[in-house]
Amino acid sequence: MTDEQQPVSEEPTRRDFLYLATVAFAAVGAANVVWPLIDQMNPDASVKALASIEIDLSSIDIGQSITVSWRGKPVFIRRRTQGEIAEARSVSFDTLPDPQGDETRVTKEEWLVMVGICTHLGCVPLGQSGDFNGWFCPCHGSHYDTSGRIRKGPAPKNLEIPPYEFVGDTRIKIG
Amino acid sequence: MSGESTYQPGNGFARWMDTRLPIMRLVHDNITDYPTPKNINYWWTFGGILTFCLVTQIVTGIILAMHYTPHVDHAFNSVEHIMRNVNYGWLIRYIHSNGASMFFLAVYIHIFRGMYYGSYKAPREVLWILGVIIYLLMIAAAFLGYMLPWGQMSLWGATVITNLFGAIPVVGDSLAIWLWGGFSVDNPTLNRFFSLHYLLPFLIFGVVILHIWALHVPGNNNPIGISVKSKQDTVPFHPYITVKDAFSLSIFLILFSYFIFFAPNVLGHADNYIPANPLVTPAHIVPEWYMLPFYAILRAVPDKLGGVILMFSAIFILFLLPWLDTSKVRSARYRPLFRQFFALFIIDCLLLGYLGAMPAEGIYVVLARVGTVYYFAHFLIILPLLGIVEKPKKVPESISASVLGGSAQAAE
Repeated sequence: MTDEQQPVSEEPTRRDFLYLATVAFAAVGAANVVWPLIDQMNPDASVKALASIEIDLSSIDIGQSITVSWRGKPVFIRRRTQGEIAEARSVSFDTLPDPQGDETRVTKEEWLVMVGICTHLGCVPLGQSGDFNGWFCPCHGSHYDTSGRIRKGPAPKNLEIPPYEFVGDTRIKIG
Repeated sequence: MSGESTYQPGNGFARWMDTRLPIMRLVHDNITDYPTPKNINYWWTFGGILTFCLVTQIVTGIILAMHYTPHVDHAFNSVEHIMRNVNYGWLIRYIHSNGASMFFLAVYIHIFRGMYYGSYKAPREVLWILGVIIYLLMIAAAFLGYMLPWGQMSLWGATVITNLFGAIPVVGDSLAIWLWGGFSVDNPTLNRFFSLHYLLPFLIFGVVILHIWALHVPGNNNPIGISVKSKQDTVPFHPYITVKDAFSLSIFLILFSYFIFFAPNVLGHADNYIPANPLVTPAHIVPEWYMLPFYAILRAVPDKLGGVILMFSAIFILFLLPWLDTSKVRSARYRPLFRQFFALFIIDCLLLGYLGAMPAEGIYVVLARVGTVYYFAHFLIILPLLGIVEKPKKVPESISASVLGGSAQAAE
């Protein structure tokens, strides 16, 4: 990068500097103009305002599920039976394509909250069906267990757990 | 293109491409090496500015259409949604709404430049006519677009203009109902106006290509109005004109930015922030500033049909301009009388614009009638006569001779 060894005529001239400075200025300006044109397609303020919801769980009995809509996606909330919990916790990690303990997938062991979108290509799995008493996706045959973990089929990951917290004994806030 | 192509493919791929799709030759001959008269001044940079305006309107318009809802129950709120919720929506909408004004500002300068330097005269009549078509399409696009926010001015402006068609004898009423898709301006009207507002810019784009094509056959006119005679009279478009256009555009963008960031609503009407109400008309219906002269002509005539005819004639008379001006000398620089009448014509247009914004009563109506008569007299009486009675000044031998004027004359 040393200019000393090069002939004098190869040195950048004032014109080169002006040219580069102009182009650089125009490029920065263009980037600043283009960003709003791109960013306008991101979620707007009215969409972000709906990004979290609260749900009352008091009417759900053991063994029942509800499906709620969060950010336009279905969220499964299931009050699991003791049998289902035991089944989920007795599985060996070796048999799981996406190893994850049931304890890390729930806040309270009775309540399973997860995004009801198959991790394969985005269909909505059917509840309490499939080979593992959990969920079964009819699109391409993925089987999930009672913890929503993938056990068999093309899906690569367990059903996603959304960010949520209990805001009361029977009330949760998703998002 | 007037001259032979000077394109030399630089490498193997360019040669291969040139025999299949000679797009690089097209760019080279029409942009890079396009011979441009070396004496064109800054009034000639508005063609580039207008191209920029058109692209800006299309880009921002496509984006606005992503967030806008063309339904009477949702249109007004969806525009407010754009302003408040969409990321940078306020910026994109203000660029689009003020962009229309800037587009018209530039096109008026462009038109008056053509009138002053006689750019419509042979062999550029078709170029001029295509320009007038673009201007007509711009007026239509601006009018349709102004309806979309569905404020009070949108509704009542659309009502007034569509009712103009009701003035046509026999078919008028049926035509208005056909335009509305109902018995007043309502949801079907808004829907079709949105569809057409989306269509027109692409028609404009097509005619702009024809306009540039028609420009590149005879080449640019120039401030002295003499045709290019030799290579000494021209410079390559790039970098000489591209740099000049870019500098001019930068100045133009400063003005554009002033409106967007500091006075975004000053060119609009406050009443358009009131949701449309078919039961109440605002006290004064005023079009956007760029339509005001024609609005003044419409209201100057005490007869419904007559007013409509005169208003449309005021635009359509531009088509005849190449044949109404009988002078063989193009540039006003060598037409001392025409220069004075040209100044009067501009004053008349500005006066009509002012009167169009004033209420249609008292002295304003009288002045509007005087202005209207003068407007048509300029085209139908003054221009044809001037070519006969005026004694033009001596025009230079060539563009080079005029550029080197001082030294050339001193040498003689």
